[in-house]
Amino acid sequence: MAERRVWVWVEVDVEGRPDKLSLELLTLARSIGTAEAVVLHPDAAGTVELLGEHGASAVYVGNDARFGDFVVDPHVDAMAALLNDESPDLVLFPSMFSARDIQARLVGRLGIGAISNATNVSYDGDDIVVTAPYGAETIGTVTLDNDGPHLVQIRPKAFPIEAVGGSAEVREVSPAIDDSRCRVRLLETIEEVSEGPNLEDATVIVSGGRGLGSADNYIIVEELAGQLGGAPGASRAIVDAGWVPYSHQVGQTGKVVKPSLYVAVGISGAIQHLVGMQGSSNIIAINTDEDAPIFDVADFGVVGDALQIVPALTARLREES
Amino acid sequence: MNIVVCVKHVPNPDLPMVVDPETRRLVRDPGESVLDTADEYGVEIALQLAEMHGGEVTVVTMGPEAADDALRRALAMGAHNAMHIVDESLAGSDALGTARTLAAAVEPLDADLVICATESTDAYSGMVPGALAEMLGLPQLTFAREAEVDGDSITVKRAVDTGVQTIQATLPVVMTVTASIAEPRYPTFRGLMQAKRKPVDVKSLADLGLDASLVGEAGAQERVTEIATETVEKEGVKIHDDGGDSIDQIVAYLKRIEVI
Ligand SMILES: Cc1cc2nc3c(=O)[nH]c(=O)nc-3n(C[C@H](O)[C@H](O)[C@H](O)COP(=O)(O)OP(=O)(O)OC[C@H]3O[C@@H](n4cnc5c(N)ncnc54)[C@H](O)[C@@H]3O)c2cc1C
Ligand SMILES: Nc1ncnc2c1ncn2[C@@H]1O[C@H](COP(=O)(O)O)[C@@H](O)[C@H]1O
Repeated sequence: MAERRVWVWVEVDVEGRPDKLSLELLTLARSIGTAEAVVLHPDAAGTVELLGEHGASAVYVGNDARFGDFVVDPHVDAMAALLNDESPDLVLFPSMFSARDIQARLVGRLGIGAISNATNVSYDGDDIVVTAPYGAETIGTVTLDNDGPHLVQIRPKAFPIEAVGGSAEVREVSPAIDDSRCRVRLLETIEEVSEGPNLEDATVIVSGGRGLGSADNYIIVEELAGQLGGAPGASRAIVDAGWVPYSHQVGQTGKVVKPSLYVAVGISGAIQHLVGMQGSSNIIAINTDEDAPIFDVADFGVVGDALQIVPALTARLREES
Repeated sequence: MNIVVCVKHVPNPDLPMVVDPETRRLVRDPGESVLDTADEYGVEIALQLAEMHGGEVTVVTMGPEAADDALRRALAMGAHNAMHIVDESLAGSDALGTARTLAAAVEPLDADLVICATESTDAYSGMVPGALAEMLGLPQLTFAREAEVDGDSITVKRAVDTGVQTIQATLPVVMTVTASIAEPRYPTFRGLMQAKRKPVDVKSLADLGLDASLVGEAGAQERVTEIATETVEKEGVKIHDDGGDSIDQIVAYLKRIEVI
């Protein structure tokens, strides 16, 4: 039997590099078959070397300018044509905004099933076996009954990034893109710059929630994070309230983080927040409500007023350092 | 402007999720289910756009009898019309089957704008809106935090991995919205009373001309083969702070885990 062909959908970051989540997926792809990558982006060519180093044996490169000027449609048209010509067994998508748009439209276009939020993929004979958590405590094992390609979206941090060395063969893609199909124009992108270590790389994260009471009090979270050499994070409640930018959000619709220490300040511990941080090695929770669900995942819980405890803690750490 | 909002009746998100080991489906207790809060944002922005540009808001749901409750809530907020697709053969639909059903229901409504949440609170696949847009042949503008309609043009601001994007398209489109788009209004007493009496257009699969083999359990390609429960509760320490006396213990803990 020929080896399975596993494709990885690659998103390109602001520096023109393949996004980290796509590199994580190459680790999984290599473990179940021949890993190949697809990059449809004006800067696609610049990603080939790194993708090869991380185990892609081939990279489908499409660098039409319209992949940058428009969202979704040209990519879906090109991808549908590629899938039709090449028939890979499996396509892995990172859990990112544009990747999800493309995967979802392919479901509609090809009339096939798909799985989101997966943490692992394996095969049992010809059957695909996908692990996908439902909520925080229930793990589902799911299969797809269609012949393929199987479309599976993988959660962040499910696999480590591994540079294995190697180089990828470049396969140029020049799909016939119909201008009438370029329907959603990208007018501008404003990059959000955050100071200090970013959430995904930080070994310590201190996150604040609505329990802080007001936007002005977020400073106590930033100061503790700064003192511990970490990054400040947030619950969605305070991102939605406009206290901090979206780039700070931890959870199902924000970042998934696994630092060695996560401090949750005035965060209740809604399931959607927990899925973004419960993989942290150590968790401290500070909350006035002793029944708050955040204490269920905390290694060290403090029932009390964060507005008093956090500044006092920061001051003490400053004295000791 | 003719606006359709796809809404879902979901188990109360504050309660733990229960999966039936036999059917391997989510247990949906009608008494403990609500209009998905994620969908309230869509209903709100739809109402605001209709107030600004004229037109009507129609809410559509696919779900069992009890899902009527979600439609009533949206009607009470001010939606003008409601459609309920209910059919025994729809049980067990995956994202593909759901999108097929919604597409068949929404297509004849000739909407200028179809609104969904980015993802539902119970399934959170996030696959339905994109699949629906594709089946309707419409462009999609997703993850909207701000939306502005000017004539037949729609402009959306959205936060994506690389920053904040502004994207634009010509109506009709499918748009998915996040919680930042608008603060949902509470239904007024009058709204609640009126919602009870408003008619709901109830449709079966046959009414939509859909083949039962393409939807529900029969049409589903995504099949759950096993469900396991994993308890995440930790044997953690919990202390009570009294006037700042917890600081010593927190510092000791930080030393023990070698963060300081
Ligand atoms: C589809 C969907 C996706 C979502 N995605 C995310 C996500 O990615 N990330 C996310 O975080 N949420 C997400 N949510 C929202 C989530 O359900 C919760 O609403 C949110 O996490 C609550 O934020 P919070 O804990 O800050 O606020 P609350 O739930 O209001 O909790 C505030 C807490 O602060 C405590 N408190 C009050 N005063 C003090 C004090 N002085 N000192 C200490 N503690 C105090 C209270 O006891 C309470 O526990 C999502 C929801 C949906 C429906
Ligand atoms: N059964 C349904 N009835 C109406 N709308 C739905 C249904 N399922 C999903 N949707 C819409 O699609 C969005 C995303 O759902 P999902 O893809 O399940 O995460 C929901 O927030 C709704 O707007």
